[in-house]
Amino acid sequence: MTEQPIRVLIAKPGLDGHDRGAKVVARALRDAGMEVIYTGIRQTPEMIAEAALQEDVDVVGLSILSGAHMDLFPRIVQLLKQKSMDDVVLVCGGIIPEDDIPALKQMGFAGIFGPGTSTQDLAKFIRDQVAQRRTGATV
Amino acid sequence: MERESVDALCAGNPRAVARALSAVERGGTEARAVIAAIFRFTGRAHIIGVTGAPGTGKSTLVNEIAKQYRRRGQRVGIIAVDPTSPFSGGALLGDRLRMQDLSGDPGVFIRSMATRGSLGGLAAATADAVQVLDAAGFEIVLIETVGAGQSEVDIAKNAHATLVVEAPGLGDDIQAIKAGILEIADVLVVNKADHDDVGATVAALEMNLNLKPKVENDWRPPVLKTIAIKGDGVADVVNWIGKHRAYLEANRLLELRERARVRAELARVVQHELMARLLSGVNGTKIETLVEKIAAREMDVYAAAEMLIGEEN
Repeated sequence: MTEQPIRVLIAKPGLDGHDRGAKVVARALRDAGMEVIYTGIRQTPEMIAEAALQEDVDVVGLSILSGAHMDLFPRIVQLLKQKSMDDVVLVCGGIIPEDDIPALKQMGFAGIFGPGTSTQDLAKFIRDQVAQRRTGATV
Repeated sequence: MERESVDALCAGNPRAVARALSAVERGGTEARAVIAAIFRFTGRAHIIGVTGAPGTGKSTLVNEIAKQYRRRGQRVGIIAVDPTSPFSGGALLGDRLRMQDLSGDPGVFIRSMATRGSLGGLAAATADAVQVLDAAGFEIVLIETVGAGQSEVDIAKNAHATLVVEAPGLGDDIQAIKAGILEIADVLVVNKADHDDVGATVAALEMNLNLKPKVENDWRPPVLKTIAIKGDGVADVVNWIGKHRAYLEANRLLELRERARVRAELARVVQHELMARLLSGVNGTKIETLVEKIAAREMDVYAAAEMLIGEEN
C-alpha cells in the first residue's frame, strides 16, 4: 500500500493571540507533504482533544507563548488519554523554559521545539516518530 | 471490519467514526471492508453540498447551518474538503477554524479532508465518508467543497441538495450566465450581504434564472442573502433546503437523485478499480518506455493506450 500522508493538528491553547509561529509551522509541514489541520488561537484543552479525535491525527502540535503550558498541557494529555488517543505523537513549541522540559517529556511530549528550530528538522523528527509508531502498530 | 467496530460506529462512537473515516481515506481493501460492513445502515441522511469560490464564506455558512439544524434537534456530520498541494502532497486544512462554535457538541462531527489529487472539488473518498457519517446516525451531512471555480461540479452528483455560495463583487452579469457551477445550484446564497453591490449580484443571478427555459413544475433556486458571520439569513437558507427536499419528495425526484448519486459512485469505483488492476499488472518500465516513444513522436497516445489495455486482456 502507498505511503499515507501524516495528519497533524496544530493548535494554540490558552489566551495568547500570537499565531505567526504556529502558521509558519503549519505551512512548513504542508510543504513537507503532511496534512495539517489548523485550528487557530484560543483553543481550550477540550476543543483540542475533540479535534484530534475527530480528525484521527497522528500528531498533535501545540504552540504556546503565554507561559500557561504547565497548566494547559497536562489537561490536554489527560483528555487525549481519556479518548484512547494515547498513541498520538505530541510535540510543542513556543516559549518553554528549560526547567519545564523534563516534566513535559515525562508527560509524554516527544519533542519540545523552541525559537530558532529549523522547520526541516521538525518535519524529519515528526516523520521518524510517526514511522516508529506506525510500524509498532502493525506488528 | 470487526463486529464491535461496526456496532460502535453505528452507535455514533466518535473514535469508531474517526477510524472508519481514516480507513475509507486510505482506500483499497480497507475502504472496501468498511463500506461492505456498513452499507445496510445507510440511506437515512439528507446530504447537502456547499460550494462556491474561495473566500465567499462557505465554512462560516456551514457553521451557521449546522447550528440551525442542531436547534431543530438533528445531528450533523460535516466533511470539509481543502486542496492537496500538487507539489508536496501536503495540505493545509483550515475549515475547522471557522466552525469553533460547534465544538463540545456531541451531536456534531467535523472531519477535514484533503483532495489527495482528485479534481472536481471533492476527494475520492468523500462519497465513502458520507456513508460512514450516515451509518453513524447523522441525519444531516454537510459537504463543503474546496474553493470552487467554475467547473468543480462533482458535488451535485454527491448531494441531495447543492448550495452555491456567491459574494458581492466577484463578477458581472456575464459571469452569471456562464455554464458550470451556477447551473448545479438548488439554492443560491449571496453571502456577505452587508457589502456594497449586493443588489447587483442578486439581480444578475435572478436575471440568469429568468433566462432559463421554462419547464413545467421545475424547481427555481431561490436567491438568498446572508451575513453568515452574524448568522443573518441562515434560518431562511435552512427553511429553503427543507422546501427543496419537500419538492423532491412530492415529485418523486429524491429517488431519481439517489439513483444518479449511486450511479456516479458506481462509475467512480469501477473506474478506480479497473485502473488499479490494469496498472498493477503492468510494470513501470513498460509505461516509461511508452512515454518515451510518445514524447519522441514514434507512437501516438491512443496506440500506446491500446498496447497497455490490450496486453491485459
